[in-house]
Amino acid sequence: MTEPDEMLDCRGQRCPLPVIALARRLGGLPIGAVLRVLADDPAAAGDIPAWCRMRGQEYLGALTVDGVAAFDVRRAR
Amino acid sequence: MVATLDSVYLDAAAAAPLHPAAREALGAALEDGWADPGKLYAQARRARQLLDAARGATAEVIGVRPEELTFCASGTDACHLAVRGVLQGRQRAGRSFVHSTVEHSAILHAAGAHRRLGGAVVAVPVDRFGQVTPDAFAAAVSVPGVAGAALMSANHEVGTLQPLAEVATACAAAGVPLIVDAVQSVGRAPVPAGWSVLVASAHKWGGPAGVGLLAIRTGVRFATDGTERPEAVSLPLAVGAAASLRAAAAEVDAEAARLRPLVDRIRTVVAETVPDVEVVGHPVSRLPHLVTFSCLYVDGEALLHALDRRGFAVSSGSSCTSSTLRPSHVLEAMGVLSHGNVRVSLHRGVTEQQVDRFLAELPGIVASVRAEAGVLGL
Repeated sequence: MTEPDEMLDCRGQRCPLPVIALARRLGGLPIGAVLRVLADDPAAAGDIPAWCRMRGQEYLGALTVDGVAAFDVRRAR
Repeated sequence: MVATLDSVYLDAAAAAPLHPAAREALGAALEDGWADPGKLYAQARRARQLLDAARGATAEVIGVRPEELTFCASGTDACHLAVRGVLQGRQRAGRSFVHSTVEHSAILHAAGAHRRLGGAVVAVPVDRFGQVTPDAFAAAVSVPGVAGAALMSANHEVGTLQPLAEVATACAAAGVPLIVDAVQSVGRAPVPAGWSVLVASAHKWGGPAGVGLLAIRTGVRFATDGTERPEAVSLPLAVGAAASLRAAAAEVDAEAARLRPLVDRIRTVVAETVPDVEVVGHPVSRLPHLVTFSCLYVDGEALLHALDRRGFAVSSGSSCTSSTLRPSHVLEAMGVLSHGNVRVSLHRGVTEQQVDRFLAELPGIVASVRAEAGVLGL
């Protein structure tokens, strides 16, 4: 997995807050940039890829960072 | 405030309002069927007659012989009995239980109990619409050591029908008994074929709460765990369940023809009028009365409260509305948006005008919840 350009810490946030934070932050990054979202809410695992699909952004996959679920998203447009 | 609004109940998939036929039969059975049907006097014989007639009428709708049908305390109760009975009855064939990832939690909990007893559990995945592929299910039941399988007729959260005919054929070819949880479809759609054990629940078709059906085909190896128990059902409730099932079965085609276009209208209009919404479930292969969608950036609980304030009773698979704070395993397995989720399920009392009022008000309600959260236009 490539190193992300930015990290977004959404630990402790419940749905739909991580997706809202992702939508806000990704819009401020240049096209092609990768944002890594740390989120421990179990809904994030489904909702982040679903958001990418609905918004035409590129979902790169999930990983674990220091025991916390993380999700990489590339700004595609 | 709410009292002045026309209250619109759109959660029939949780519990349908009592069918008039159920109310009438229940009242009559309370008057006439209060005696212990096992005793040897006139009142008992009357009670026995009522119970036998209820079983006969129910069995006829389900398509089984009366002796193949057991009344249970609920659909959940029937699911647990079905899974345990099939798996224990086939212990010598194997210890593995196959089911789809979108089964009702009653089946999943029974699977969990099986796992705790040392059994194996195989969950067959679903696609974006919530359907298993028959080939994948067939492959899962064709390996050695499978004691039983479970596949629902239709999903309780998104309404998607499963390819039961193909799966039943595959199970039969593999010699694996198939449990069909038909809780959401009985009384709403034709009773499926090809199953070994079928489960249903009266309060989903307009019968009283507290009656589940367990139908076990003759010849299916079914263990009762050495705890053979008398049929645990309230006689008047069983009579009410039977009368309403017969009534629901008689109007099943007409109601489906009336509700299906309303569900199609909800699917179309919601997608057109609510920004950033995902309508989920299969577009065609679906129950006639149930529709589900998810609204981006919306807290499911806030949305349910906002709808309730406008008189609309709906339900949600979003994690913030569940006691476990986990998103619905169904939406998770389908890979669709789980937050801001709304399930609308119609019944015989819902009118076109009520659906149109819901559709007229929904965009404004979603917008106001989004505005409150500061996510409008995000």
